[in-house]
Amino acid sequence: MEYLIIIVSAVFINNIVLSQFLGICPFLGVSNKVGTAMGMAAAVCFVIVLSTLVTYLLQYYVLVPFGIEFMQTITFILVIAALVQIVEIVLKKISPALYQALGIFLPLITTNCCVLGLAIMVVTKEFTFGGTAPHMLNLAESLVFSLSSAVGFGLALVLFAGIREQLELVGVPKAFKGVPIALITAGILAMAFMGFSGLVK
Amino acid sequence: MPKESTFKNMAVCLTVVCLVCSAVLAGIYVMTRDAIAAADAAKTDSAIALVVPSFDNKPSEDVIRVPFGAGDTANVYVAMKAGETVGYAIEVSAIGFGGEIRMMVGIDSSGNVYNTSVISHAETPGLGSKMTEEAYSGQYVGKNPSENNFNVTKDGGEIVAITASTITSRAYSEAVKTAFSIYESIGK
Amino acid sequence: MRKIDIVIKGIVKENPTFMLVLGMCPTLGTTTSAINGMSMGLATTFVLILSNLAISLIAGLIPNKVRIPAYVVVIATFVTVLELLMKAYVPSMYATLGLFIPLIVVNCIVLGRAEAFANKNTPVDSALDGLGIGLGFTCSLTVIGLVREALGNLSVFGWKFAEGDGILAFVLAPGAFIVLGYLMAIFRKMTGKKA
Repeated sequence: MEYLIIIVSAVFINNIVLSQFLGICPFLGVSNKVGTAMGMAAAVCFVIVLSTLVTYLLQYYVLVPFGIEFMQTITFILVIAALVQIVEIVLKKISPALYQALGIFLPLITTNCCVLGLAIMVVTKEFTFGGTAPHMLNLAESLVFSLSSAVGFGLALVLFAGIREQLELVGVPKAFKGVPIALITAGILAMAFMGFSGLVK
Repeated sequence: MPKESTFKNMAVCLTVVCLVCSAVLAGIYVMTRDAIAAADAAKTDSAIALVVPSFDNKPSEDVIRVPFGAGDTANVYVAMKAGETVGYAIEVSAIGFGGEIRMMVGIDSSGNVYNTSVISHAETPGLGSKMTEEAYSGQYVGKNPSENNFNVTKDGGEIVAITASTITSRAYSEAVKTAFSIYESIGK
Repeated sequence: MRKIDIVIKGIVKENPTFMLVLGMCPTLGTTTSAINGMSMGLATTFVLILSNLAISLIAGLIPNKVRIPAYVVVIATFVTVLELLMKAYVPSMYATLGLFIPLIVVNCIVLGRAEAFANKNTPVDSALDGLGIGLGFTCSLTVIGLVREALGNLSVFGWKFAEGDGILAFVLAPGAFIVLGYLMAIFRKMTGKKA
């Protein structure tokens, strides 16, 4: 039951793009077509879950015991960069078609603030899901949380791509074309998502 | 100009970069460690100063750790002036509308609330966040649970909740009541 | 190019927020008030100047294939140094900016400048470029923060100029997107550039 709350909360209420502002660059850059948005979302999901797993273990079995938490930023980003490399290599071998489809998005995931942001959030923030006492997440909760956040990212991305595809066909004032109108649309979408707050106590 | 990308060069380069960076970081870490600890203590001390009568000791160092609830410990900071205890500052938290509300509740030597102050919260700006205003938090001053009912009026108590923020107001009251039960359990 | 030109181009022509559309995450996440936006900008400028300088100095020693990981480690080091210094000397601002400080590492502006400028120019020029882009970023963040704070909280730099609450939407998530969108459109109109 608690997992359901984590999922709903991460996908809708505290949507990682629309209310936590992580993952904006790909959000604005990749969301013009629904197809590419879905591909990006899938790739990000995969990297997020893997990296949360590794960084969680790294934090609690290496950094904390040795008292070197200040190495967190460096080690986390190196882990993410390495994982993305590995995913690229593995994907190239197993499914060249998928690798081609994702193309340039894969290396860009390294600089996606979502990934690093989630990795850090999971080991530093205390969570209070559905009225439980504030506590640090255990491994299972972390994985569910990061996967749900990634799904939330994908959801926002795909929704947005759909809207943007429509916007292309409509008359937009010149100064607003492209990014500005996209941002204003995102703002309205964010407002819509705010309606979810209070869904889970 | 850049070196050749042979495996040996790449490995050596990365290793050197990592080692140098780690050394730099470790150095800065050691240099700032004390300043960081002092800053943390100062933050706690100023949060305490808001809720208890004036003191001359360092409450962040005079702390009683009280076990309560399901295996948690609460921090009770003792404020003293000229060797006499003038109040207790108790760090508590409650679940509000948007997440955790962390508070400092100050109880003076006569067992009444001296003041309360919010350390952190995630309540809605303009609604629940009004709990930090005196118009709301002032309602608890000078009261204690044996004489006053700390529930919101909707639940039959004396506290007037913030309009459209009953959940936040209830959480605030919960936190104050919890602070009192911790205070009582230290047997003073 | 004159030294001063390097700095100025970062503020207008190559303004990272309004022209290059880089570094969006902190732009939206930390501009709830003018002071917050300005502090985030200054923090990023600190990292930009130092990392541009360091990377420009060692660019010649790094084999091409590992340059990105190497740059990332250098940037991450400076970000952590910043974190430690902030925790020690301005802890309340550190708490306000929160997660976005370590996220400077993946701020596309920093790595982007290292790639685009620092590894091809002299250390002095690179540092100046870092300064210029950083100042541009700081200016945009401060302006956005100012607008959001004025409309949402009826205050500027913490000084309330009117009683009561403003339009709260502006200090919350939707406001961030909307203000940025409008300001970007205005900036583009003013500098005569198209999307």
